Amino acid sequence: MPESLKSGLPSVSFKRRLMNTFATLGAAGAVVLVLLPLIAIFGYLVYKGIGSLNWAFLTQTPKPVGEPGGGMANAIAGSCLILLIASVIGVPIGIGAGIYLAEYGRNRFGDLVRFTADVLNGVPSIVIGIVAYGIVVLAQGHFSALAGGVALAIMMIPTITRATEEMLLLVPQTIREAAYGLGVPRWRTTLSITLRTASSGVITGVMLAFARVAGETAPLLFTAFGNQYWNWKINQPTAALSLQIFTYAISPFDEWHRQAWAGALILIVLIVLAVSAVRIAASHGMLKGTS
Amino acid sequence: MANQAFGAPRLPGPQPIAKTEVIATSQISAKSLIGAGSGHFADSLFRIAMVACGVCVLALVGVIVYELMVGSGLSWHAFGWKFFFRSDWDPVNEQFGAWAFVYGTLVSSIVALVLAVPLALGVAIFITEMSPQWLRGPLAFTTELLAAIPSVIYGLWAIFVLVPLLRQYLEPFLGRYLGWTGLFEGTPYGIGMLAAGIILAIMVVPIVSSITREVMTAVPQQQREAVLALGATRWEMIRTGVLRNARAGILGAIILGLGRALGETMAVTMVIGNRPEIARSLFAPGYTMASVIANEFSEATGNTYLSALVEIGLALFLVTIIVNILAQVLVWSVTRGMPARSHA
Repeated sequence: MPESLKSGLPSVSFKRRLMNTFATLGAAGAVVLVLLPLIAIFGYLVYKGIGSLNWAFLTQTPKPVGEPGGGMANAIAGSCLILLIASVIGVPIGIGAGIYLAEYGRNRFGDLVRFTADVLNGVPSIVIGIVAYGIVVLAQGHFSALAGGVALAIMMIPTITRATEEMLLLVPQTIREAAYGLGVPRWRTTLSITLRTASSGVITGVMLAFARVAGETAPLLFTAFGNQYWNWKINQPTAALSLQIFTYAISPFDEWHRQAWAGALILIVLIVLAVSAVRIAASHGMLKGTS
Repeated sequence: MANQAFGAPRLPGPQPIAKTEVIATSQISAKSLIGAGSGHFADSLFRIAMVACGVCVLALVGVIVYELMVGSGLSWHAFGWKFFFRSDWDPVNEQFGAWAFVYGTLVSSIVALVLAVPLALGVAIFITEMSPQWLRGPLAFTTELLAAIPSVIYGLWAIFVLVPLLRQYLEPFLGRYLGWTGLFEGTPYGIGMLAAGIILAIMVVPIVSSITREVMTAVPQQQREAVLALGATRWEMIRTGVLRNARAGILGAIILGLGRALGETMAVTMVIGNRPEIARSLFAPGYTMASVIANEFSEATGNTYLSALVEIGLALFLVTIIVNILAQVLVWSVTRGMPARSHA
């Protein structure tokens, strides 16, 4: 500001400048206070987790209480199985509903579906667990990986639906029109042109949903239930990494506490790996239909 | 929609040829696109499939409501409305009242909001209005990273790091200086309402701050410039130009945070102490609606017991839905007209 203009302005009172400084400091302080737990959590996770990680942890099943050693291999596999089931059920329905909302849903019924998806997004995960218990466990007569997968799928669907819709709406209308102009049928346009153009965004949405449910514990408590042994059958109770962390964390044994930290580190690493693997694949165009 | 317009083109000038013939044989991909399953049959089949997916989402909420209603019927008939106001939880004699859990849920969520809201607002204000440009992206990313940590890991950290800190330092300190309020008295166990409130606060901050940022960004830039032109300091500009315009949306963000806190299960279950007691002191152990379901559902013997737990789930479901809808409406009132963004 030129000196001549500056001198023409009334000076800002000391009290107001002090208030301004206080507010700035307060906001910066809040940022520091919020980042502290984040650093503390990641720091502890790496520090405690790496110290307890070993080959046995990754390859063995849990040992009985009191015996040292053992690991969470079956829980890692179980988590993968449950997440696979959840993705197989949740991703197609989620993307389909997203396509419906973006391409056919500009009407009252579409608004209703959109609203319902938002409602579903806010339902506490423990409540989803109760519902999956009611529709799968009670019907089958026992806890199972399938029930856990269904619970997680229900949680994935609204996130994927809304992300897909949002991404499809970003695709310019002219691209659709160009395809129609070539005589491409509408369904083919949607799948091969519109969805393909938006695929990178849709994949991000799917991965967000995946990361969100990968660490979920509450809906698995009475659906997948947990298991001390290997299980590859989808209709049997299955161990999951998050369940195992929970059980070990609230146990009174030091050895189990150590394993809980190692499990937590593995869980975070798996989530980060899964998300970044798909992102990298998408950015290198290795996935079919990636633009 | 343009798609419908395509069905019956009314173009001026030369009319498009009636039948498209593929001439360029080298463009195999284009040919396969055009030749594949054209006609109304495939189109309507696809449409039906997509509508079915949409109906699926609708049906899911229907199934949730149905399952919860049917499952809680037994308890509803046995106890009626009084269920939520009785504080006896006695599985052995099949007497169930959920007041202790409702109380624990409310108190832990309120503690969480009291701690989280000022912090979240501070973070949002700093990131949108004060931070240098280059710091904005990284800060926003890191605070949102907090939302990506699974609940069970928060719980693990809280058990082994937060609770000992509370027991040794914070709780004795609070007891000595603020014990007279009655909120901070009794033995500092570490585990209890306060621990649950703090861990919930850490989990709620990223949600509240990211939505607050969104509504603050929706405030037109001219508002800021106008207030600054009147000679306001930066803080006065934020207070009168931004916060005041975004207040409905900020309220919505806070309520959305409340919705998250009410339904949060694992981290709370791991540190709240899990005792259905009602105590004034925040040092005392408590129990929340979500925790009691998590702990007792798979061990519930007897139909009334199970039904009582499902009824707690139903109440939790209804409350979070109402809270979320209210929050959505408030946020929309500010960001209306802005491009949509999903916030999980």
